Amino acid sequence: MRRQVGIVDRVHGPVVEARECQSGMMMELVHVGEAGLVGEIIKLSGNRGVIQVYEDTTGLAPGQPVYGTGMPLSVQLGPGLLGRIYDGIQRPLVDLKERMGTFISRGEQIPALNGDALFSFTPITTLDERVSGGTVIGTVPEGERMIHRIMVPPGLSGKILFIADAGSYRAADEIALLEDDTGRKHSLTMIQHWPIRQARPVRRRLQLSRPLVTGQRVIDTLFPLAKGGTVAIPGGFGTGKTMTQHAVAKWCDADVIIYIGCGERGNEMTDVLREFPLLVDPRSGTSLMDRTILIANTSNMPVSAREASIYTGASLAEYYRDQGYHVAVMADSTSRWAEALRELSGRMEEMPAEEGFPAYLPTRIAQFYERAGAMETLSGYEGSVSIIGAVSPPGGDFSEPVTQHTKRFVRCFWALDRQLANARHYPAIGWLESYSEYIDDLEAYWKEQGQGGWISHRRTILDLLQREVRLLQVVKLVGPDALPDSQRFILEVCSLFKRAFLQQDAFDEVDRFTSIEKQANMLKLLLQYWDMGSRAISRGATVIQLRRMKVVQELMKMKFRSDDNWDSLEGKLQRAFDRLELLYEES
Amino acid sequence: MKNPDAALMKYREYLGIDGIDGPLVVVRKTHPVGFRELAEIRDQSGTIRLGQVLDTSRDAVLLQMFHDTSGLTLPSSRVRFLGEPLTVGVTREMLGRVFNGLGQPIDGGPRPVGVREADVNGLPVNPTARVYPRNYIQTGVSVIDGMNTLIRGQKLPIFSGSGLPHNELAVQITRQAQTAEGNDNFAVIFAAMGVKHDVARYVIRSFEESGVMDRVALFLSLAGDPSIERLITPRAALTAAEYLAYDQGMHVLVLMTDMSNYCESLREISTVRGEIPSRKGYPGYLYSDLAELYERSGMVETSEGSITQLPMLTMPNDDISHPIPDLTGYITEGQIVFDRELHGRNIYPPVAALPSLSRLMKDGIGEKMTRGDHPHLAGQLFSSYSYVKDIRNLASVIGEEELTPIDKTYMEFGSFFEGSFVKQRMDENRTMEQTLELGWEALRILPVEELHRMSEEELETYL
Repeated sequence: MRRQVGIVDRVHGPVVEARECQSGMMMELVHVGEAGLVGEIIKLSGNRGVIQVYEDTTGLAPGQPVYGTGMPLSVQLGPGLLGRIYDGIQRPLVDLKERMGTFISRGEQIPALNGDALFSFTPITTLDERVSGGTVIGTVPEGERMIHRIMVPPGLSGKILFIADAGSYRAADEIALLEDDTGRKHSLTMIQHWPIRQARPVRRRLQLSRPLVTGQRVIDTLFPLAKGGTVAIPGGFGTGKTMTQHAVAKWCDADVIIYIGCGERGNEMTDVLREFPLLVDPRSGTSLMDRTILIANTSNMPVSAREASIYTGASLAEYYRDQGYHVAVMADSTSRWAEALRELSGRMEEMPAEEGFPAYLPTRIAQFYERAGAMETLSGYEGSVSIIGAVSPPGGDFSEPVTQHTKRFVRCFWALDRQLANARHYPAIGWLESYSEYIDDLEAYWKEQGQGGWISHRRTILDLLQREVRLLQVVKLVGPDALPDSQRFILEVCSLFKRAFLQQDAFDEVDRFTSIEKQANMLKLLLQYWDMGSRAISRGATVIQLRRMKVVQELMKMKFRSDDNWDSLEGKLQRAFDRLELLYEES
Repeated sequence: MKNPDAALMKYREYLGIDGIDGPLVVVRKTHPVGFRELAEIRDQSGTIRLGQVLDTSRDAVLLQMFHDTSGLTLPSSRVRFLGEPLTVGVTREMLGRVFNGLGQPIDGGPRPVGVREADVNGLPVNPTARVYPRNYIQTGVSVIDGMNTLIRGQKLPIFSGSGLPHNELAVQITRQAQTAEGNDNFAVIFAAMGVKHDVARYVIRSFEESGVMDRVALFLSLAGDPSIERLITPRAALTAAEYLAYDQGMHVLVLMTDMSNYCESLREISTVRGEIPSRKGYPGYLYSDLAELYERSGMVETSEGSITQLPMLTMPNDDISHPIPDLTGYITEGQIVFDRELHGRNIYPPVAALPSLSRLMKDGIGEKMTRGDHPHLAGQLFSSYSYVKDIRNLASVIGEEELTPIDKTYMEFGSFFEGSFVKQRMDENRTMEQTLELGWEALRILPVEELHRMSEEELETYL
């Protein structure tokens, strides 16, 4: 029996007003009209309600019924999520394609999890054991390497009356029966539901201490992100936001990747779908798709579902975090999400703040980024959610509201630079505007890896890059010849550093991923060249001599080396400078 | 929304309307009318004007008219609601015909009988049903083929300025475009929004001269036509394109000019509706609206065909950060940017190499597709030319005489690149081999140690 909660009274775009809405609940998931379009009640006033509809409302007319479901917009959580692609409200796109063909039409309800798939369940709890929200009652393998931990949903606690034996079950089969303190019995399956706009509870937040290793040199060495941290990637069109997101999604050392394509191109999602299954995770040896969940709400899909897609992604991430995994969420792009907020706010005739964005934009941005963090979960594991949000500022101007507000809530900033992108210097992360506040948190980790010099090396090279900028201003006015050799050598070293270290080829088999150890060695060698070179100049060598050294070519190509014979390269560098010394001492 | 009476409702006629404000019309006390439903208003003389429902409620329906509302009176206008959104009857017979901005024939011929009626708003393609485009199109234009390769199924706009030869380039590409397998199952859809009559005539004549007119369908909403009609023009054109590509398996090239006029119409209607503007008075949903158009390109699993879009837009005041080019660039898969300075130096096509970009190029070039050295060659040309720009700035301050010898070589490279690689005649059709060879010729000007993007083998083979 369907519960009618209202009658459509007015339709304008994705916002529908309804009357006779007394029995509707705030944020309740509803089905609108005879077609059953998915919507959510976002405002109640008197007997009128405002519903945000997640599908195209063409043809919807006043007088049609609104049915309630009695629960808020939720995600379905359970084994079988990995490797799949969903739209913004967690409808499985592959199943939608089988049902409706190439184009997405409306009103189809398909459960997110495949009901027929069998999972091999191993119980962990025993009869009469007291459990509470988060307690792991059993495990099932998911994919080739993940252990999916089945947990008691948050908020429930009590005594186990029944636990299924080890064996194969469907996700919706009862695997445990729990009696709470009031004597009510709850049947537990492998599936749980969670309202997307609410953060899942944890025991406590932990200090961030480990980097999310991405294998991208400019990130790991210069502007690292911690596991559980937040970062924004702003950049005008064509500066490589999506390319950076893809590179991190492919090579970072998270256990699970949630990739949210929010208001972006359809072909980009197709690209991920085509490429990820073919790529092998260097750590586990399995396909990258096995650890990835895609949320695709492309730019031509309804805007209100775009608004929801961010929260859908965050809820999935938190679910895997609660199982004790490190999850990285890529949101591409949060600007499109903010625009969806603006459009819906406009349709509801709310008073706008900056550039037409609603006044609650900063609150929403903060809420989203606060769902990141390293946590001790209810089950006692350590897990983390890191959020990597792309921002698309209009005109590449970082002073616009979304970039500015995002900057307040993230602790790491990878600013993409138009000049670098035009010169095809990729990744085009500019070293002057970018920053990371995680340096101190991560120092201990680098020491553990035997790379205690990291902090000081990093500081040296950033300092050189700063000096380069000032020198380039002089060069612009008087030409490079006017500079003394000691300063020209700074330009030389910076240019070498950019080519040999910062530029990274995402399509090269070797170069696309650089281990922490290799990064540290590369940086060390480049700084040795700087040290020895400046010493040589102070003793009379010229920049031209230094530039012509054969070993410079080797430094340039070291990023393509897959061996780890760093000592021999270091020796070569040393010998080259020794020979050079003989040269200028003779003269 | 199957209501038993719905089929009959389209015959119900309301006499009298309750308000007109520019292109917006209010009708009160109607039966429940669906959102986006098509409506027709007949005036005293019997002329029919079409509009669509923007806002519907129990008390009133707000219509956005596609035709001019001048001459309408409140009491004597008759309104009918047709129960479905605006559709175009799609068929292969649309090729060789000329339509107005709403998809109605204006060449004197009868309305082609559609195989089916398709909603002009289209539906989003399921991302899992798409095929990632990777077959390149040889346009015969070096700066495109060599450095911004066009891929079948791509949406690659031309960012131009007023007075720059974007129509000429579009026509040249249409005439010369060919794919590796030389498939001739192609069609061209030309959507003109607010362009001048002589521009439309130039384009049509060039189609006639190259003998492809029977493979072209034209959707014309010229400068003199009501601006609101332009909101439908690209949608009608793309609906036809989708039918030809996805139902008929044809390779469709869609030329859309000028997207700036389309956006202006959108701003106009948004202002009349009293919506809160975002940048420069354009509505906040400009991005989503443009995406609805641009995303209707690509390839799908169920068909051999493809839709390649070449939208053209004039950047107001040559400003690439203006909302129209800016939002377009965020949606499309790259952009070809024109430079007025190159045009002034008589370089055709005046494509600014550095800000131009083809995002799909990386998967469509290289070994087995164009040539193994192509990716590195393009990267090297970009990088060296980018350095030329820096040196030119320096030279403008300290004078060319003061440059170092190596910098002077770069200046020489720069002029060869612009004068011989980029520049070509409007009827010059270069093969991919010729383009790549020209690229190497430019690189030979530079000392070999400057070519740090090329591999040893490539240098050995081609230098």
